[in-house]
Formats: sequence, structure tokens, C-alpha cells
Amino acid sequence: MNPELLSVVVFSIGMATISTILMLPPGIALAWLLARGSFPGRTVVETLVSLPLVLPPVATGLILLRLFGRRGFIGEWLDRFGIDLVFTWKAVILAMVVMGLPLLVRAARNGFEQVDSRYEQIAATLGASPMRVFFTISLPLAGRGVVAGSVLGFSRALGEFGATVMIAGMLPGTRTLSTSIYAYTQTGQDSQATVLLVAAATVAFAAVYISNRLSTTSV
Amino acid sequence: MTETKEADRAGVLIKLDFVVHQGTFRLAFRECVQARSIALTGPSGAGKTTVLETIAGLRRPVSGLIEIDGRILFSSERHLDLPVESRRVGYVPQDVALFPHMNVRRNIFYGQSKSVALVSDTVLRVLEISSLLDRNVAGLSGGERQRVAIARALMSEPELLLLDEPLAAVGHSLKERILPYVQRVRHELNTPLIYVSHSLDEVNRVSDRVITLEEGQVVESKPTHPVS
Repeated sequence: MNPELLSVVVFSIGMATISTILMLPPGIALAWLLARGSFPGRTVVETLVSLPLVLPPVATGLILLRLFGRRGFIGEWLDRFGIDLVFTWKAVILAMVVMGLPLLVRAARNGFEQVDSRYEQIAATLGASPMRVFFTISLPLAGRGVVAGSVLGFSRALGEFGATVMIAGMLPGTRTLSTSIYAYTQTGQDSQATVLLVAAATVAFAAVYISNRLSTTSV
Repeated sequence: MTETKEADRAGVLIKLDFVVHQGTFRLAFRECVQARSIALTGPSGAGKTTVLETIAGLRRPVSGLIEIDGRILFSSERHLDLPVESRRVGYVPQDVALFPHMNVRRNIFYGQSKSVALVSDTVLRVLEISSLLDRNVAGLSGGERQRVAIARALMSEPELLLLDEPLAAVGHSLKERILPYVQRVRHELNTPLIYVSHSLDEVNRVSDRVITLEEGQVVESKPTHPVS
């Protein structure tokens, strides 16, 4: 693999890894809230979280561009602090997080729903605070769902194209596996596209295989 | 010391006067007793488990008072509802609910407060748990699971221990092996307990007072005929 292709693979895996780490805290919190919580607007939150799964990725990218562009609601605010997000590696991460989060939340939520609330209740009767119950009972028992969701979120992030292309473009420093495969194919560089295709397929296969193994293994 | 022993023998004052709504089921429980060990009996669906869950704080009464030995756990009048973790009420449900991802040691010491090193030795001795500490909970027998669950509840130094039909799912011979442990909890650890059971024999062996529930109402409350 030539250095240019290798750098694309390393960049993509690195961005997907950072994105997965960043989506874990909100993803776990949302999954737990949706699995256990009863609060006003629950259905709205549920729908918003799942929206990127059903919206065309390009449309999600356009929404992000409108929000985070320099004239966007959030972009304008970030600009005051000198933070420029659009068409940088940070935009790649943003797109990956937004597109990967719904898969993480769905799998982790499923994990939390499978935890018998009896264990959490008994832990509370033993004097454990809600935070301790969460970290010592709920999270470990939902662990497989959370890990499976992280792997799925990582895979989705790695394969992200539509939203990334809209908000990060295909510039040097923002080119991911997906956008590079597209660019090489468009310019007739089929051999480079094939090498990246094999790399993407290998990483994706490994991730989904791990996810399936984890979700079929019982506690 | 003598006074404490005397108080232990007399038991604690348990004031329970609450109403719980659970779907179409309505439970109205009213009892004020001085006892060390109370048995709660009655047919299935009478509300026995609901009473225990309400005392433990897992179910919220619509109104009433729950007071154990002068300590108010719930009072609708005072708008007081202590959270589950602050109630100091040990609860062993019928299915025991041992944490499946922890071994026996981690289960037992989960709720242990730092001040109970002495208690832990006593609990381990009374319930004969020491040899089980490094075992996986999945490999325990029915009787061992019950003992571990009781030990786990006792380690948090509860002011009241609630046992929900601990022997309902075990055979006669196993019952005969576990009952002495419950009696030892009552006699040696002096932890007040409320014990749910259908069996008159069990009731007489572990409690000094029996309360009978039917369709969410107390229909009888009387002293038992102790069997040592």
C-alpha cells in the first residue's frame, strides 16, 4: 500500500476511533434514559436520535452545514471563539458522531432493557447511590450491548460518506476511506480505489463480526 | 449492655400504616407491633410482597406512615419519603437476585459499610459462607444462594431485614437445612425481620408474631407459638 493510501486508512480509522470515544458518553446516557427513564418529550428525543438513520446522509450533512457553517446558528457562535469547523478534520468527526450515534444508542438501549431492574433495586436497598448502581450494576450488565453498539457506531463512522462530503468535503486533510474511494473511482484510478475498498471491507467485516459475537453471547 | 440485650429481646416498634395502589389492586396495611420477627402470611395475591416492597421503598404508598424503631421512612403527612438507599432496610426477594456478574465475595460485600468488619465475621460464621466466597454465583445450589442473599442483605447493617418466601422454591430437606440459618439470624444477630411465608411451621419457627393478609387487608394479627 502506498503512503498516500495508507495515510487515508490511518486517518479514517483514527477519526472513527475518536468519534466512537466521543459518542460513548452521550450515547450511553441517552440509551439509559430511553431504556429506564420516563420523562416528558421522550418520544421526541427518541425520534431525533433515530433521525439520521432514516434521513438521507446528504440531507443530514446539509443540516449540519446549515447549523455549523459560519453563518449557521452554532457556527456563528463558535466563530466568536475562533473555532472553524466546516471543511476541517473536526467536521469529519462531527459527521461521524452524528451518523454513528443512533446505532450506538439503539444497541446500548437494548442492552439496558435486558438488565433485570431487580438487580438495580436490590443494589439500592444495599445502600448504593443511583450513580453507584449505574456504574456497578446497570452498565456492566448492559456491557455487551454497549460494546456491540460501539462497534456498530465505529463501523458506521468508518463508512460515512454523505454527511462527511457535505460538511467536510474531499479536501486534503479531510479525505476518508469512503470519500477517497469515490474520488479515485471518479478520476479513473481504479486500483487505488480497490485497495481502499479491501481495507474498508476488512475493517468493517472485523467490526461487525465482533459485534455479532458479543450480542449472541449470553451473560 | 444488659439493657441492649433486653431491648433486643423485646424487639423493635414497627409502625406500618399505609395504602398502596397497584393497578386495580388496593392494599391497605395497618399494624403497629413491638416484635423481633414478624411473619406475613396469606394466600397468593394478598399483597405480601407489595408490603415488603413498600417498606423497602421500591413501591410508593399513596398515603400513610412507615416507621421502624422511631425512624420514619415514609410519612405522607410530613411529606417525607426516604430514598431506597437511605432506608437501611435489607430486602431478599423470592428470586434472591444475586448479581450475576459478581462472585459470592463481591455480592456479599457490595453493601458493606466500613464500620462492620466485626459484623462481617459474625455474618459469615452464622450463615457458614466463608467457604463459598470465591465461588461464581451461577454455580451455587438453591440453599447456598439463599444464604448468600441473606448475608448480602445483613452486611449493609440493616435496621430491618425483609425475607420474601425464602424457602418457597426449595424442597423439604433443603428447607430443614436453611431454616436454622434464619433462626440464627434472629437469635444471634438480633436483626429484626419480616418474613413472608405460606408455611405455618416456618412461621412458628422464625417469628414471634404472625400477620395474615387477604385481598390487601390485614385480617388477623396474633403472637405465634414459638418452636426453637
